[in-house]
Parts: sequence; C-alpha cells; structure tokens
Amino acid sequence: MKRLLSFAADDSLLRPALTFSGLLLAAATAQAAGADLGQAVKQATNWTAISMFAGFVVLTLFITKWAAGKTKSASDFYTAGGGITGFQNGLAIAGDYMSAASFLGISAAVMASGFDGLIYSIGFLVGWPVITFLMAERLRNLGKFTFADVAAFRFEQKPVRIFAASGTLVVVAFYLIAQMVGAGQLIKLLFGLEYWIAVVIVGALMMVYVLFGGMTATTWVQIIKACLLLGGASFMAASVLWHFGFSPEAMFAQAVKIKADLASTGGKTAEEAAKIGQSIMGPGNFVKDPISAISFGMALMFGTAGLPHILMRFFTVPSAKEARKSVMWATGWIGYFYLLTFIIGFGAITFVLTNPSFLDAKGGLIGGNNMAAVHLANAVGGNVFLGFISAVAFATILAVVAGLTLSGASAVSHDIYATVIKKGNADSASELKVSRMTTIALGVVAVLLGIAFEKQNIAFMVSLAFAIAASANFPVLFMSVLWKDCTTRGAVIGGFLGLISSVGLTIVSPSVWEATLGNPKGSALFPYTSPALFSMTIGFVGIWLFSVLDNSARAKVDRAGFLAQQVRSETGIGASGASGH
Amino acid sequence: METDFAARIASLPQYQELKAKRSRFGWWLTLAMMLVYYGFILLVAFDKEFLAQRLGDGVMTLGIPIGFGVIVFTIIITAVYVRRANDEFDRLSAAIAKAVL
Repeated sequence: MKRLLSFAADDSLLRPALTFSGLLLAAATAQAAGADLGQAVKQATNWTAISMFAGFVVLTLFITKWAAGKTKSASDFYTAGGGITGFQNGLAIAGDYMSAASFLGISAAVMASGFDGLIYSIGFLVGWPVITFLMAERLRNLGKFTFADVAAFRFEQKPVRIFAASGTLVVVAFYLIAQMVGAGQLIKLLFGLEYWIAVVIVGALMMVYVLFGGMTATTWVQIIKACLLLGGASFMAASVLWHFGFSPEAMFAQAVKIKADLASTGGKTAEEAAKIGQSIMGPGNFVKDPISAISFGMALMFGTAGLPHILMRFFTVPSAKEARKSVMWATGWIGYFYLLTFIIGFGAITFVLTNPSFLDAKGGLIGGNNMAAVHLANAVGGNVFLGFISAVAFATILAVVAGLTLSGASAVSHDIYATVIKKGNADSASELKVSRMTTIALGVVAVLLGIAFEKQNIAFMVSLAFAIAASANFPVLFMSVLWKDCTTRGAVIGGFLGLISSVGLTIVSPSVWEATLGNPKGSALFPYTSPALFSMTIGFVGIWLFSVLDNSARAKVDRAGFLAQQVRSETGIGASGASGH
Repeated sequence: METDFAARIASLPQYQELKAKRSRFGWWLTLAMMLVYYGFILLVAFDKEFLAQRLGDGVMTLGIPIGFGVIVFTIIITAVYVRRANDEFDRLSAAIAKAVL
C-alpha cells in the first residue's frame, strides 16, 4: 500500500515518559497504572500541546480581565448585558455545543464503523431547526436571564422556578460530570499528565472565567474555541481531501480497501473481507432496534431545545432578529463541523490505521480509538499541529464547562435566591454575590465528582442529560409558551414526572443497570438505550392531564395570562431589552 | 403588560396576520424536518439495504449523499425560516409596534 504522507509520526509519543514532570508524577502514577479497559492510558508528556494550551489559557485570562471590567450588574453577569451580536452568539452557541466528545468520539466512531458515525452526528444537528421555528425568538421575547423566566412567565413563580432550577441543575450535573471525566481521560492521552491535574485545572479555570468575567468571558472563550476547532478541523479535512485530489470516491474507495485488507489479515476469506470493507459505507449495528433508534433520536432532537446552558445563550442578544440570526449561524457551523468529522473519520482510516507508528502491538490505536482525530492531526500536520489539536480538544472542554457552570449558577441565584427566596426583591448586587458563591460551590463539586467518577463508566451521562432536557425542560417550556390551558400545577407535576421517569428509566436500562452498576446481563427492566420516547410522553401527558383537571383559582389566573404572554412572545413588545421586565 | 393593552394588540389585523403566518410556517417547517429526520432513522432501522446499495461501479452508496443531504437540508431549512422571519415577520411586528406605541 502506498504510504500516504511523508510526515512520520513523532516518536516522542511512543517513548516512555522520561521528562521531569514524568518523574515527578511517577509516584502518583503507581496507583493509577492498573486502569481498566476503556480507560485512557497515559501517554508521554507532550510539551508542544501543553505550551499551546498554556497560550490559550493566557489569552482567555486576558479576555476575562477585560470582561471583568464590564461585569458590574446581574444582567452583565448572566447575559453580557444583552450586547452580543447574532453572528457572535452563533459562534458561541457552536462553541458551547461542539464538545470534545463529539469531535474525538464521532471521528472515532466514523473510523470504526463509517456510516454509523454519520447517523449519530445527524441526531445532534436536527434539534436546531426545531429550536429556530418554535423557541428561539419566543425565548428572547419572554425571558430575561434563564429559561425559567419563560416557563414561569404567567404561572405562580415559586413552584415553576423550583422545578426549572431542578431541571437545570440535574442536566448540568450529568453534563458536567461527563465533561470533567472526559477532561481527565483526555489529559492523560493528549498531554501525558495525570487525571486529577486535568480535573483541577478545568475546575479552577472555569471558576475564574465565570466568577470574574461572567457571560462576557464565557462567550468569548466559546467563540475562540469554536474558531480554533472549526479552523483545525477544516485543515484536517482539507488535507485528507487534497490527498485524494478532492475526490470523495477516491477517499471512500481507499478506506473500503483498507478495511477489507485489515479483515483479510485478520483471517477472513476474500469474500467476507470485501463485505466487511464495504460495510462502512452503509448502516451497521448502531441502530439495534427501531424503538431505541426513535427514542434516542427524540432525546437528541428535543433535548437540544431543553438544554439550559444553550437556552440561556438566547438572552445575550438584543432582539428576536439577532436571536434568529444566532441560531442560523449556529446550525450552519455545527452542521459544517459534523461534515468535517465524517471526513476526518475516513481520513483516520486511510492515514492512521495504515501507519504502524500509530498502532500498538495488537493493531489497535495507541491511546484507544478516541485518539483517531489526534493521530490524524499528527499524520497531516506533524507534531506542531498535533499539539494544536490536543490543545484545542482540551480548550473545548473548558468552554463547555464554563457555559454549564454559568447556567447552573444562574438557576440558583436568579430562580431560587432572587425569585423564590427574595420573592423578586433581591438587589442586583446581592444576586450577583449569590451567583458567584454558587459558581465556587459548583466548581468544587464538579472537581470532587470528576475525581469520584474517574473509574466509572460514564458513557450514558451525556445522553441522559439530553433525555432529561427533552422529557422535563422542553415539555414545560413548550406547553407554557404554546398551550393556552396549561396551568402551574400541570407544568410542575408533568415536568417532575418527565424528570423522574427519564432518570428512573435510565437507571434500569442496560447501560446503567448492567454496564455501570454491574448487575448480570439481561437483568435490566427497561430494554431500550434511551428513555426519551416514554419519558417525554409521560412529561407531555402529565402536563396535559394535570392542567385539564386543574380547577383551582390559580388555574384561572394562569389561563387568563396567556393572551398577554402570547402577544409579547409574538411581537416582542414589552420584552426586556436594555431594561428589565 | 396589562391585559387590555394586550387585547388591543391582539385585535389588530396585523397581529392576527403575523400570528397565523408565523405559526403556519413554523409548524410546516417543523413537520418537514421531522419527516426528513425520522424518515432517515426509519430507513436505517428497517431498510439498511436501501441505504447500502451502491451507486454505479464505485464504493459510493446511496446512504452517503442521503446522510449529507439531511445535514445540508437542516442548515437550509433553518436559513429559509430565518430569512422570511427577519424580513416579513419583523416588518409586521414593527407595524404592530407603530400602531400601538
């Protein structure tokens, strides 16, 4: 087979850690050395990557310092004073949404099984039009700081806010744990440092960004990260396509040939091998049963429209027009990114799987399958570009956790403290103080949970976060904005039913009951991979049923408030722009 | 916003037009998106061979352009809504604001 590019793998990746920091950390390594399968294996310390990441950190700290000077009121803290443009917000949303897991995980999935990776990325994209058509501008017109402002608009504040804050914190907690554990595993792979260092660095930096720079700093960290990730991924995809004369057919043909060659080396007959090779061009085992497929699709499609840290971004723009522009840009960038990851995955088949310097003795990728994009970076751009991509992958986690923390902090300070406890009479300064204290608390909790979950199988956590968002936050938001007869009681009971059922069904599903809790195979009560089809139905039916049955005095107030809410959601007249509502 | 002020806006013909147009347009596009996405998922679930069939003599299958097509469709349908909303719907909103403020 033709050697694809002349760039040889840098052998420093393969050398055992002999650097100063390697020796320094050797004592701490002893215990962690027996990592179980599926866990990342620590690589040699990569100083190029570390210094590039340090560059990113210095830049973002300068931005945080600048942002801190602009963060004076609660409005500055939560929404950057509403002064972000649609284009900037679109990039920031993309930065918030494109996680390291989707970059490394999807390109690895494409490398491993081709077309199936594409099914996955499509699921992550299709929620955006739904947000655009039904949510974005209405959110902007009704809300101020959090999605609870919208969900509780015409309802009794206390119960709906308590529900919304619970929904926010549960989603944020699962998403955050997944990011922290991901950061710990990544740092072992990419920088060759210890797991706990990553968790502490991520926790400390996110606290600094959010504490001092609030939404302004968070937004710019996300924008920079989005630009770096899109730029890096574009370069990789273009290098791969350039090698094949920009002919996708040539790239796919080469990938199919390599997969077939690998299969025949593995002892398959020529006919079987050819079949295995061609299998990456069509759907494989990703979809096990139709119910799971539809259920998972619903979690992704509607969960996106219920993620609190994403919804919050719509309050940072000055008008409904800019809110629409943001979601258009975000959809464009995220869709483009998923096209790139598909090409990167095929690039990994042709460049990485054929290069012995990226493979271990058993023919697997050094550092595991999630290293596909990272090894490809080395193959197409050498050690410097490898360092760049590693730094970007780590920066990606920072941008995501900063957005999550801000969203969790605002649920506590704006929804619980200012609205429930102070009944709307908290002054901006004390609300700001509470959100900063919550940020510190969330940072500490995230670090502790990140360390506690190091050895756990947390693969289910991000999909659980999407399922909860789709089953609790989205139905309440949707029904309160669009259905006249929705009442406080219906929204709260239905919302909590969606929340409890999505968490409960996930716990008794195979991925948690068997894979994480270690119960025997086949003992899980709920056979499907995602609960959304059922828990979303429970959420919606619960809201409908308990609203219809609600004859209380409050229900009359709730229904009477619909007209004013609808007029404002449609026209934006009376919406909080520069002033509050 | 007081209820009688809201009722005054709600009685404006421009408001009725805006509400009806946006709602119809939004729901049709949502339906189109759901048909495209769940159609794709159902194909994956029930007719894998359809997506895996080759186009011509090469390795290219029908599934690849369809999959890429879903991504491009998602981007385009979003842009279609935003273009119309930022033009026609915002003009109606502005007319409503002018009539009552």
